[in-house]
Formats: sequence, C-alpha cells, structure tokens
Amino acid sequence: MSEIKLERIDDNRLLVPQTGGMRVPGIIYANEKIHDLLKRDESIKQVANVAHLPGIVQYSLAMPDVHWGYGFPIGGVAAFNVEDGIISPGGVGYDINCGCRLLSTKLSFFDVKDKISDLTAALYRAIPSGVGSKGVVKLSGKDEKKVLETGSQWAVQNGFGSPEDLEATEDRGAMASADPEKVSARALERGKQQLGTLGSGNHFLEIEFVREIFDQRIAAAFGLRQDQIAVMIHTGSRGLGYQICDDYLALMVKHMQDTGIELPDRQLACAYLRSPRGRDYLAAMACGANYAWANRQLLMHWTREVFEKVLRLAPRELGMRLVYDVCHNIAKIETFPVQGQKTKLCVHRKGATRAFPAGHEALPEQYRQVGQPVLIPGDMGSGSYVLVGQPKALEETFGSACHGAGRVLSRTQAVKAGRGRFIARELSEKGVLVMASSKGTLAEEMPEAYKDVDDVVQVMHEAGIAKKVARLQALACIKG
Amino acid sequence: MKKYRLVDHTADMGMEISGRTKKELFSNAALALFDLLIEHKNNHRIEDRQLKGKQKKITVEGMDIADLLINFLRELLYLFHGETLVVSGCKISKCTTKRVVAHLLVQKYNDTKYEMKTEIKAATYHNLKVEKHKTNWKARIIFDV
Repeated sequence: MSEIKLERIDDNRLLVPQTGGMRVPGIIYANEKIHDLLKRDESIKQVANVAHLPGIVQYSLAMPDVHWGYGFPIGGVAAFNVEDGIISPGGVGYDINCGCRLLSTKLSFFDVKDKISDLTAALYRAIPSGVGSKGVVKLSGKDEKKVLETGSQWAVQNGFGSPEDLEATEDRGAMASADPEKVSARALERGKQQLGTLGSGNHFLEIEFVREIFDQRIAAAFGLRQDQIAVMIHTGSRGLGYQICDDYLALMVKHMQDTGIELPDRQLACAYLRSPRGRDYLAAMACGANYAWANRQLLMHWTREVFEKVLRLAPRELGMRLVYDVCHNIAKIETFPVQGQKTKLCVHRKGATRAFPAGHEALPEQYRQVGQPVLIPGDMGSGSYVLVGQPKALEETFGSACHGAGRVLSRTQAVKAGRGRFIARELSEKGVLVMASSKGTLAEEMPEAYKDVDDVVQVMHEAGIAKKVARLQALACIKG
Repeated sequence: MKKYRLVDHTADMGMEISGRTKKELFSNAALALFDLLIEHKNNHRIEDRQLKGKQKKITVEGMDIADLLINFLRELLYLFHGETLVVSGCKISKCTTKRVVAHLLVQKYNDTKYEMKTEIKAATYHNLKVEKHKTNWKARIIFDV
C-alpha cells in the first residue's frame, strides 16, 4: 500500500528518506519480518507525515509495534524543540496516559494455581469493566479537580494505596503542569462518572506468572523471580481523556490557518508550544494524565483487596507491591542531547513507553542503579515482557521503546476470523481463563489480531534500546 | 441504497456513509453512529424505539463540509457519553457546507432497553472524505475505538 522506499540501516532499523516537505528523515525499528507486515497499511506514510511538523528534531521515529493510527502512527515517537516546535493532541492520542502497571506478590504459581478462577471471578465483580463502565467512586467537582491536579497522590491520600506506590510510578503519578481550568465542562462531566473503571477495547487486567528470567540481577532489583504471581493492569484516562483530546483537536483545526502551518492530514493539527493554545493543551493533557494515574491506582487497590479476601491473606503475607507504572500515550518536556547540545524538547510518545537507562535523574532511587522497568503487554493471553531502559535509548529514541505487540488485523477482520469460534475456550485450552463483558471484544482482541510480541521485543533488545529482563505468562485475563 | 457500511482500518473502525442529498448523508451518519454505539435489547419494542422520545434541536458549525460532519458527530458523541442520550431519529432542516441544523429524537439511555456495543472515543479527520457524486453524497470516516 505504501509507495515510500525504505532503506535498511542495519538489522533492526529502516530509514524513511527525507523527501518533499519532510523536515527530517524517519527511522522505523523493524527487522525483515516486521518490515513485511508494515507493507500492509499506511503507517510508513504516517511516519513521513509527522516529519512535516515544525520544530521536529533528528528523526520521526516508529517503534517495532508500529501500526496505522490516525495522524500519528501508533508506536510513533517524535520530539519537538520547545522554542520553535509544536505540540499535537493527535500525537498523544485520545486516551491520554493510557499505560500499564505491574504488581508483584510474594506468591508463587503453585500457591494459587487452584484459586485462579475464584480470583478472576472476584476481580471481575470488583472492578467495573466493559463499554461505558461507570465507577463506584462518586466524585464531587472539588474532588475531581484535586484528582486532575495531583493524580495518584489524591488516591493515596484517600486511602487507595500507600506512599510507596507513588515512588514506583512515572512522575510519581502526577504531572506538575496540570491546570483543571483548561479542561472543558464536558470533559469534567465525563470524568466524574468513570474514575476507577477499566473500560473496554484493548484494556485489561491480567493475572500472570514469571515464566522466564533473562537477567537475574535486574529482575532481582525489580523484585521479580521465577514462577512469581504478578498482575498487569492496562487502562488510561477514559472519557475525560478522549474529551480533552477532541476539544483541543477541534480548537487547533479551527485555528490552524492562523499558525500558517501546512499539514498533510488534519488529524495532525497542532499549536506552537510557546503559544497560549499550545500551553493550554499541555496543562489540560497533564490533567488527563493525572486522572489516568489515579484510575490505575484505584484499580490496583481493589486488586489488592480481592487477593487478600479470596486467599485470606494479610497485606504483609500477600506483599502486593507496585513494580512500576508507565504511560505510553503522552507528551512530555524532557532534555536530550541534540547535535551535542542539551536541548529542551517536547517528546510525543503515542503508543511508546519511556525507557530511561540507569543513572537517569528521573528514576526513583530503587531503580537508579539498574534503569527503568519498561512494561510491554502482549496480545490477550500471551502475557507480558518486562524490559529495562538502555543508554542507547537516550541517544537514538528520546528515551523511548515499544508499548505492545501492535495490531496486524483490523477489528472487522478479526471479528470475521473469529466467526464460529469460541475464543474464550481456545484460550482456556492454552491455560488462560478469560472473562469479558462482550463477546465482540474477545473476537476483536484475539491473539492473531496482533504481531508476535516476541518479535517486537527482540528488535528493541537487539537494537540496544531496552533489554529483556523477564517474560510473564498469562493465567487469567479480564477484558472490558 | 445501503445507508452505510464498515470499512477496514488496522487499529480503528472505518465507515462509509451514503445519502441521496447532503441532508440525508448527515442524518444517515447520525443513525450509523448510534448503530455502532448501541444495540437494542429484545424487549425494546420496535414501535417504542421510533415513537417515544423527546425532540432536541442542535446547530453545528464547521469550516467546510468535512469539518462540519466531524463536528456534527462530535456533538452526537457528547450527547451519548456526556448526557447519556440515545438518538433514534434525525431530521436535517438546514445544511450548508458550514452549518447544519438537526432535529433529533432522543431517549435516555437505559440498561434494560439498550446494550452498549462499541466504545467510540472520537470521529477522526484521518483520511476523511465527504464527496458529492453524480446521484448521491458519500462520506468516509475513521472512528477511534
């Protein structure tokens, strides 16, 4: 489908040559197998389109899980100079701070293998999931603003978790630049109803166990060991985030002519970072990010409660600890070397995970010696990877790695392929119990709809961006 | 003539909508959106779906016909997600390339009558097309789901 001629740089990277109105070239992290899959959709063209935006530095990047999004590709990373660059709501995505958090326990697979179905049923009851799911936490307008300003901290202050959880959350669960005044009444209204919900689509809560350790030293530093039971939570900012993104996208499209920026796709609408509109979006986006962190903090709290109740364990016996929480739909002001000079940039990660190496000042003390845990969920039932950020990520990818397996089949293709099949039964035969509120979601999210997460992760590992630490295997999955 | 059909897009959901006139295109787009969002439960009588409900008038503006269609769908998505209203009828009284006036038939969303089908985050501008053909109008929209 794509007419752009790619040039191979090395085994794991492809160059998108700079042509036409592109301000920089593009780089796609892909081996030959992933390159073949890319030919099916328009993601290569989208990498080139992003390179047209003002202030972009070095390269328009795509991680190996790249696939066709709208505007920016999913799996895209792009950094813009704060002086003359832009910020784009479409470069963050509708689900602001969609992300993952991994919880470890003191339990091993053998302790709970007969309790998995009880745990799953109880989690399914305790955690609101599904299309349009509504939360049990009723927020007043005042409380909601606090959530938007302080994120996970609000949750911890209100009894949902402990201060140690904040240490293990990217940005300690709150972006400082949040300003609720920049969030519309519509977004606030939607946000009131959905705090503490999983949602639907590719969001999930999975019980997993550590199947394989690749790096003993780092796994130990992350608190991970062979056969250990863990929980992965994947969700974001729900309707509040979608509304913030759409409100600002509409505004930026309307005023695009004022900026004089020509765009190959309206969905790339943006504003200069130094303009009032750019600053307002950044402040509103931070509110969405903070809401998402509070959301995952609440879901984790209820997960702890369910495990304690079903397994009749005291909190200390269960020892459910937050390994880390990372976002993979975000724009952040960070400093990186550009042509040898430390430069303040606005890094857009749309379906990409931050992957800082050892020694980075943004890392919590517990991980500063080893590097940041990078959490990569696979497709439904295949489990997840834990990687660790490497120095090369700072040099090549603005400290970013992939975020998942990446779709290869569209949702409609997946539903077609799933016709007449019982996806839940197929997964249960593989030892993965699935509970979903909709059969449609199950078909859309079937394993064949995604790239092989092993391939995607291998590219990051071999390219030296993020190193493999552990592979987790799914035991049970709750889908919306 | 089929009012709409789903088209493939890797991560999201594409839709092609038709109408004999611009007005019909917009009203078909509204009904197609709600077909994607919800399903009627069996006990929800067909006559009640059409006849019961309140009238609601909305006016939406845009820079051009494509932007207008996205803004129109934006407004409907908010009615659903923000005000929990289901649109079961849509009549367009005025439609230029920059302004549309729609008279909607709305009912409050109710778990006993409806089931939510797809969580649509937004109607996007990506690969958006709104075109007049010889005998009809066609639009192609990608929804983020």
